[in-house]
Amino acid sequence: MTKIEKIIEDAGAFDCVECGKCTSLCPVAKINPNFAPRLIVVKAQAGMEDEVKADKDIWSCVTCEICNDMCPYEVDFSGFIQRMRGEAVGMGNAPVCSEAGAIHTMQRLTGKGQKQNRLVWLTDDLKVKDKGDVFFFTGCAYQLGILFKDKAEELKRVPASVVKILNAAGIEPVVSNDEVCCGHDLIWSGNEAAFKELMKKNVATIKASGAKTVVFSCAEGYRTFSIDYQDFLGDLDFEIKHISEYLLDLIKQGKLQFKDSNVKVTYHDSCRLGRHMGVYDQPREILKAMNVELVEMPNIEEKAICCGVNAFANCNEVSRKMQLDRLLEAKGTDTSAMLTFCPKCLIHYNCLLKMEKKPAELEKADINVRDFSNFIAENLKGSL
Amino acid sequence: MSEWDPKIVAFCCNWCSYAGADLAGVSRMQYPPNARVIRVMCTGRLEPEFILRAFELGADGVLVAGCHIGDCHYVSGNERAVEKIAMTAELLDVLGIDKRRLRLEWISASEGRIFADTMKDFVDKIKELGPSPAKGAVK
Repeated sequence: MTKIEKIIEDAGAFDCVECGKCTSLCPVAKINPNFAPRLIVVKAQAGMEDEVKADKDIWSCVTCEICNDMCPYEVDFSGFIQRMRGEAVGMGNAPVCSEAGAIHTMQRLTGKGQKQNRLVWLTDDLKVKDKGDVFFFTGCAYQLGILFKDKAEELKRVPASVVKILNAAGIEPVVSNDEVCCGHDLIWSGNEAAFKELMKKNVATIKASGAKTVVFSCAEGYRTFSIDYQDFLGDLDFEIKHISEYLLDLIKQGKLQFKDSNVKVTYHDSCRLGRHMGVYDQPREILKAMNVELVEMPNIEEKAICCGVNAFANCNEVSRKMQLDRLLEAKGTDTSAMLTFCPKCLIHYNCLLKMEKKPAELEKADINVRDFSNFIAENLKGSL
Repeated sequence: MSEWDPKIVAFCCNWCSYAGADLAGVSRMQYPPNARVIRVMCTGRLEPEFILRAFELGADGVLVAGCHIGDCHYVSGNERAVEKIAMTAELLDVLGIDKRRLRLEWISASEGRIFADTMKDFVDKIKELGPSPAKGAVK
């Protein structure tokens, strides 16, 4: 069996009955009629592999998994795309990366063996440990906050916010300076070798800390550990939890109290947390526990509109249209903020909101896209 | 193994510093040959990626040289460079690459002497800092 045949078989693409549900629901196909997930699968099945690999459309997919979710035969289209991208890069069909590729380079640079200073945000009032049961994987939120200073500087506060919340619940998490990028953007842009190197380093770091549970604030890191790491390494011997699941348990045990607030917010299900991992209810229940009024947008949960860019590759007018659609939904809720756990969603939406020449519909619209963890930390009882 | 010699990437703007480097050369000024000069039209053209990529590919230091503030051929390109370089330096620091390995200098076309002196000084500083720590397995 060739490598491509294996990719097709692993994705279950032979089960495709060409019903076309994927293409009719695909948010990219809605805007760009030349893109069709079904066509890509059919071509691969028919042995037109080289055509699929050389096709620029392999980078048009936003890997939002609406197709996976709705496919009656459970074809793993995003898994197929992820692995075909590795093959495409091998053929010289590389994506056009945002910021000239600085994000991907930054992520690769974390794993070159130097001593990083990734815990610069750690102030004296935050309590953390070197070894313990709960490991907080900080991810690249802080670094992205530096790179996107004009768009999403609040990302720099995310790691500190999470530690603050955990401390308030009486937990001292482990944070490690040896942590490297999780590799999400690298594997989704076809660089499997770099991804594997980072993966090995992270798993070794977590094992050395003796942690039984690893907590994530970032939706992408959570997905990468839960799905991609386990695809390569089998079951990991630590539990992987998203902060929303973890906090909900703590809230139910009465360990976290919140300020009285009378704000209204709306919640954006990022694809990694929602469709990829099935975490829909926990963030909503946290808002309920916080006594914050949640106004839902028209498309939520498995129908949530995507932020339009995947792994910082191929940002184009289709992405802009998707972002605009979502922001107009957020505008319609008339709330003070649209919350999301995914740092990338936050960056991409703010990118459109803070453009010099933004679409006319967004003029005078007061929409704030905010990070959920920061929002929780700001509303803890006793915080300023 | 031969003795380590710093590798430096120097991004020089077309209108001032590249001409400054040229003047240093035609005037036969002596300065260390560690820099690989890359001509860019303006320091404002530099993306953080260029600098990160230089370090990824094994540079020990990156010098960015452009027109003095107020002299930019494109009016305000070098002002943008100031912002971008500051941001890149902050990122390098978090990544564990000493931010002194990245230097921004203003060198005009008539300042060949300053170009040669800057190069000497920068190479000395990088020699003090030693090889870049981010030279592990490249991917």
